[in-house]
Amino acid sequence: MDLRKVIPLWIYLLFLLVPIYWLVNMSFKTNTEILGGLTLWPQDFTLANYKVIFTDESWYSGYINSLYYVCLNTVISLSVALPAAYAFSRYRFLGDKHLFFWLLTNRMAPPAVFLLPFFQLYSSIGLFDTHIAVALAHCLFNVPLAVWILEGFMSGVPKEIDETAYIDGYSFPKFFAKIFIPLIGSGIGVTAFFCFMFSWVELLLARTLTSVNAKPIAAVMTRTVSASGIDWGVLAAAGVLTILPGMLVIWFVRNHVVKGFALGRV
Amino acid sequence: MAEIRLQNLAHSYSKQPTGPEDYAIREMSHIWEQGGAYALLGPSGCGKSTLLNIISGLLSPSEGQVMFDSRVVNDLSPEQRNIAQVFQFPVVYDTMTVFDNLAFPLRNQGMDEKKVQTKVQEIADVLDLQPLLKKKARNLTADEKQKVSMGRGLVRDDVSAILFDEPLTVIDPHLKWKLRRKLKQIHEQFNITMVYVTHDQLEASTFADKIAVMYGGAIVQFGTPRELFEKPQHTFVGYFIGSPGMNLIEVTPQAGGVGFGDVHLPLSVAMQQRIAEKPASSLKIGIRPEFVHVWDGPVDDAMCAEVSHVEDLGTYKILNLRLAGHPLKVRIQEDKPVPEGQAWISFPSQWLMVYADEYLLESGHE
Amino acid sequence: MNNKVQNNKAWWLVLPVFLLVAFSAIIPMMTVVNYSVQDIFDQSSRYFVGTDWFRQVLQDPRLHDSLLRQFIYSACVLLIEIPLGIAIALCMPTKGRWSSLCLIVMTIPLLIPFNVVGTIWQIFGRGDIGLLGYVLNNVGISYNYAANASDAWVTVLIIDVWHWTSLVALLCYSGLRAIPDVYYQAARIDRASSWAVFRHIQLPKMKSVLLIAVMLRFMDSFMIYTEPFVLTGGGPGNSTTFLSQTLTTMALGQFDLGPAAAFSLVYFLIILLVSWVFYTAMTHSEKN
Repeated sequence: MDLRKVIPLWIYLLFLLVPIYWLVNMSFKTNTEILGGLTLWPQDFTLANYKVIFTDESWYSGYINSLYYVCLNTVISLSVALPAAYAFSRYRFLGDKHLFFWLLTNRMAPPAVFLLPFFQLYSSIGLFDTHIAVALAHCLFNVPLAVWILEGFMSGVPKEIDETAYIDGYSFPKFFAKIFIPLIGSGIGVTAFFCFMFSWVELLLARTLTSVNAKPIAAVMTRTVSASGIDWGVLAAAGVLTILPGMLVIWFVRNHVVKGFALGRV
Repeated sequence: MAEIRLQNLAHSYSKQPTGPEDYAIREMSHIWEQGGAYALLGPSGCGKSTLLNIISGLLSPSEGQVMFDSRVVNDLSPEQRNIAQVFQFPVVYDTMTVFDNLAFPLRNQGMDEKKVQTKVQEIADVLDLQPLLKKKARNLTADEKQKVSMGRGLVRDDVSAILFDEPLTVIDPHLKWKLRRKLKQIHEQFNITMVYVTHDQLEASTFADKIAVMYGGAIVQFGTPRELFEKPQHTFVGYFIGSPGMNLIEVTPQAGGVGFGDVHLPLSVAMQQRIAEKPASSLKIGIRPEFVHVWDGPVDDAMCAEVSHVEDLGTYKILNLRLAGHPLKVRIQEDKPVPEGQAWISFPSQWLMVYADEYLLESGHE
Repeated sequence: MNNKVQNNKAWWLVLPVFLLVAFSAIIPMMTVVNYSVQDIFDQSSRYFVGTDWFRQVLQDPRLHDSLLRQFIYSACVLLIEIPLGIAIALCMPTKGRWSSLCLIVMTIPLLIPFNVVGTIWQIFGRGDIGLLGYVLNNVGISYNYAANASDAWVTVLIIDVWHWTSLVALLCYSGLRAIPDVYYQAARIDRASSWAVFRHIQLPKMKSVLLIAVMLRFMDSFMIYTEPFVLTGGGPGNSTTFLSQTLTTMALGQFDLGPAAAFSLVYFLIILLVSWVFYTAMTHSEKN
């Protein structure tokens, strides 16, 4: 129990948790209580704010839209990144280093730069305000990340396994699906985690490419100003609900993330 | 300089050990005398590294005491014990030069810089590290790094013992013997107690005055290489030492001695008494391939064995025989005739060992 | 893994990625380049203006201000988050239940949508409904991030520290976990102080993860948009308007497509350049 380490750590953890606690606190209060004065826990505990979100379509559809395009993006990113990462890991080919580097530079592109071009591009092919548009747009930075992480994990699998499979008569797709993928299970877990994370949290592109049908929860939240001012209680509840999927994901992949971090490849 | 004494020492990694299997080190008492060069020899997993870490203080034993010069040091950390330890994996501080690496322990002690200079130069001389002193440690080869690791151990004045945990594992074979010679020289020059852990019997016998053979968490024999060879106290010592190891055959007591198959081996009366006194669940005889006597032709008291095949190893040959169905190896000089088909052999009584429950039975008679 | 086989057929495996990213990156980039050298009134009347927009953009004082603010912001972010992240990583437990709990709590801020991060602090910092604002005002420190520029700056920085330090800490933690125990054992035998252990063993072994952390934090802080926007809208005045917001206003708000496009290219180039400088600087110091 080294106090010199434990105390700073706890201070930091509290620093992280207190604002979240405050948000949760507020989500269970009525607006009158919120605006009436500061209370450390709800005097007038209410679930009304959550009720609004679960019953009002303009609210809950935001969540559904967000979850939908995030899952779409994770699936697309993983599917294209897996074969590509395999290629980078096992083969040398014309332009491979340059391609890899170009992929990584896309991670460095400010979303703001792509706002207008994306807006025009997706409008022109009729994909404006669709989930697939946001999913594809997020591929810009998620796919390079996925390729980078997966390549690292794949390089950890010895080539001998591939060779043995071919000698045993496996075709490439069969080998890939039945033998290779199970071996990099935790790598896929880590990659899926990061794709989910970066797509779920991104606001700018998601808001720009949607208006009504595929409106993400982030956009819904930034537009809750009404004639009577901001509905703080509902806003807080909405915020809490956006944190939950993240917490669930962390809980499920916690072991993989620790292993993935341990490879220092993140 | 220190005499290291282990008193009723035992160690278990589990909190509530229930039986001997839970112990990595089974209860032992042992003395490493001051200034000696010792080897701790044994196969992987026998507890050698655990024992070493207990001596250096990196591990605290669950039972028993470790004493340096009659002072109990169980509660002293490695820093306080004046021990140096060289690990299997060369540990160097990458960002520092070789000079700074060697100076590191001294500077941590607060030694003044002039003395540091002299000491480092001295050790660098001994280890032939002079040309490398200005180089950054990360650019060295594995054996150079290991020499620097050793150097850090030797550079300290106050070191009472140096412990080596299989330090030559990562070194190329042709450089191993050079480093071994170096270590022996250092021992002669500085006269510090050294304990060298290894699984290689050749390393152990060339380095050490006395070898402690470990098996299953216990030290089964402690003696000079010659003693280990001529009189193994445990079947494991017989098997592990020597190339090839001792021949061991299961036998049952018979009138006048012991026997297996249709072979009868007479034993002295004293030995027969010893066998009778202590009923054992297993009885074995052991004889080294070097000591089996091969007659030129059939002789009355000799036993007849079938020759399976012969391995010619240049300066000597290994005869693979079968005696009453049991395999037997015999080592003969290159100039001796090789029997074909059948061989007539006998076991000289002074080299025939009897083991009850793996431990040597001595009749007190030689 | 040096035993890669030379095989150009591998391009088939890479093709989907290439097409997807080309679609998402090259086509829009070409549009941007296109706009940056034209003056566009409407669909049918466009005039090639060469480097006019670039000149205008590079002389625009608004952009200079914004760029300066951005550099200061990113510098502050790095100066605070990197040492803090290292320090936290050193304090983190290495095994057991506390270790998992710690990792989980630290990962939470990383998974919150950026606008919610802004909203959390927007609420938390207000004097009327937020714990922080209320407490500060009641102990005599006047604090109003909406009206006071330096309060706004401090708040925006704290938000970033709250949001992203965990990433630096987790990266450093993974670097530390990779150090074999033998090094610590040898250091104990050599009687090294904790500071010496940090300087000679831990810090050198963390170099590669620190490089990743610095690059990621630099890039992401340089591109920041949502959090400050939700908190202050860029204000009070322009005090917290950073580059992405300036660009977004130009492109979508004012529809100055030409200048916006030219500025976009300059923006991207700055990030690439500074990232390259960081990368070379940090990998060269290795070679010494």
